[in-house]
Amino acid sequence: MFERLIRWSRLKSPWILHLNSGACNACDIEIVAALTPRFDLERFGVLLKATPRHADIIIATGPATRQMKDRLIRIYEQVPEPKFVVAVGSCALSGDVYRGAYNILGGIDQVIPVDAYIPGCPVRPDTVINGVYTLLKSLEKK
Amino acid sequence: MAEFQVPIGPQHPALKEPISLRMTLDGEVIKDADLKLGYNHRGIEKLAEERNYIQNLYLTERICGICSNSHAMCYCQGVEKLMELEPARRGLFIRTLVAELERIHSHLLWLGIAGHEAGFDTFFMYTWRDREVVMDLLEIISGNRVHYSINTFGGARRDIDDLQKQKILDGMEVLRNRTNYYLNIGVTEPTFIARLSGVGKLTKEQAVSLCAVGPTLRASGVPRDVRKDDPYAVYAELPFEVCTADSCDVLGRAVVRIKELIESYKMCEYLVKNLPVGEIKVKAPRRVKENEVISRYEAPRGENMHYIKSNGTDKPERLKVRAPTLANYAATIEMLKHGFVADIPLIFAAIDPCICCAERSVTLIDSKTGEEKRMFFSQLRKWSIEYYTKKPKLTGVTWPF
Repeated sequence: MFERLIRWSRLKSPWILHLNSGACNACDIEIVAALTPRFDLERFGVLLKATPRHADIIIATGPATRQMKDRLIRIYEQVPEPKFVVAVGSCALSGDVYRGAYNILGGIDQVIPVDAYIPGCPVRPDTVINGVYTLLKSLEKK
Repeated sequence: MAEFQVPIGPQHPALKEPISLRMTLDGEVIKDADLKLGYNHRGIEKLAEERNYIQNLYLTERICGICSNSHAMCYCQGVEKLMELEPARRGLFIRTLVAELERIHSHLLWLGIAGHEAGFDTFFMYTWRDREVVMDLLEIISGNRVHYSINTFGGARRDIDDLQKQKILDGMEVLRNRTNYYLNIGVTEPTFIARLSGVGKLTKEQAVSLCAVGPTLRASGVPRDVRKDDPYAVYAELPFEVCTADSCDVLGRAVVRIKELIESYKMCEYLVKNLPVGEIKVKAPRRVKENEVISRYEAPRGENMHYIKSNGTDKPERLKVRAPTLANYAATIEMLKHGFVADIPLIFAAIDPCICCAERSVTLIDSKTGEEKRMFFSQLRKWSIEYYTKKPKLTGVTWPF
């Protein structure tokens, strides 16, 4: 009973942490745009949180840069269980145009495990909403 | 009182990008500031040497997502100079139109962020809602909300039809009304002005000697704007004023940006109404003969500079990007000195930092004990709002309109 309550509340109000590991800002402003009145991601109970210790879902943008690698791992470890990572944008998926550069390790999944991928360069706010919603739906079945 | 250092970042949701700031404090007052960069370094300049000119157009566009057109257009102009190519006039008009629409979206975004950092979240939501109007226009013109890909060597990639023109004019009307409303907020909301006024002082002399650019420089009373001083594209024939403010603080920077918004609406309307007929692009050669060029462009944040060296092949030998945020770092450190810890987010946000452009976190260090304290930017923001709630309200400040 208590477990069911916890699971219900997790699904109804997932808190997100926005993490930029070297993105070009485009996906980042689109994520913020998704939280503002036109798209309003908050109606799904999603709340943007400032510190990893409060977050359930990490929304990661940008390719993993060499400099950010250790920080990415550290931030991932700070998020309490159960945690989910959503890779947003082509760079976070594969490295996109930066692929092959000396300072780029590739997508986010080269450094931390990823649960959902949202493609687009940059992603549209509606795609972000769809991605987060799909992730939440998939969790419902578990 | 012992001095100590406080680190901020590299991960801070307030600014959406990784940078590390290291502040040396004496109690509440900032004694010194230091920046640690490199978290967002991707190696774009090196990557550009391995790709041909057309491919680089898409790469330079992805230097930054907010001023994507700035970098692409700056690069494009440089390569056109190397190719000795005269772009199509209609193409230039469309390019300039997208450049101004981008400035509108960027300034509205900044106004929202400034409101957010000052603890005025309603303002943030308002500006971001209105920003969607211009985002829609950009989508109508280019097919994408952020990376427009409108530039190509010799002109523009997409044409504008009458229906689109009408939509742009309608959009400008809506935005003009909204911007006038924001101007009124200045008159009716004394707390907002009191929070911005006198924060992050940068005198005219300091601004010039530290080579500040863009609205940061213009807010210190220096009328310097590449669009006026060294006109590119069709700016030479556009009717617009260079906006300045004399208050030399964050309030001045907000005023400059609001004024620039109004100028941009004027420019967009002129561009749409006077769009010449003809082709949108001319054919460009594939190879570029050996030469070098510096291309200047007034991005929303200030002067953007691209240096391109060609060697006779279809790939550049060297591409160097000097983004406006990088030019403003020296001035930012000066602005932070003698300020309060609670002002860091606001001062830092006031230069409209674009870390991915300049490639940027805050560490505060106690100057006597050397003790370090790491702080998330968002915690700092929350703390600063609380700090100012307790302080007595600044009175006698007026909105300079």
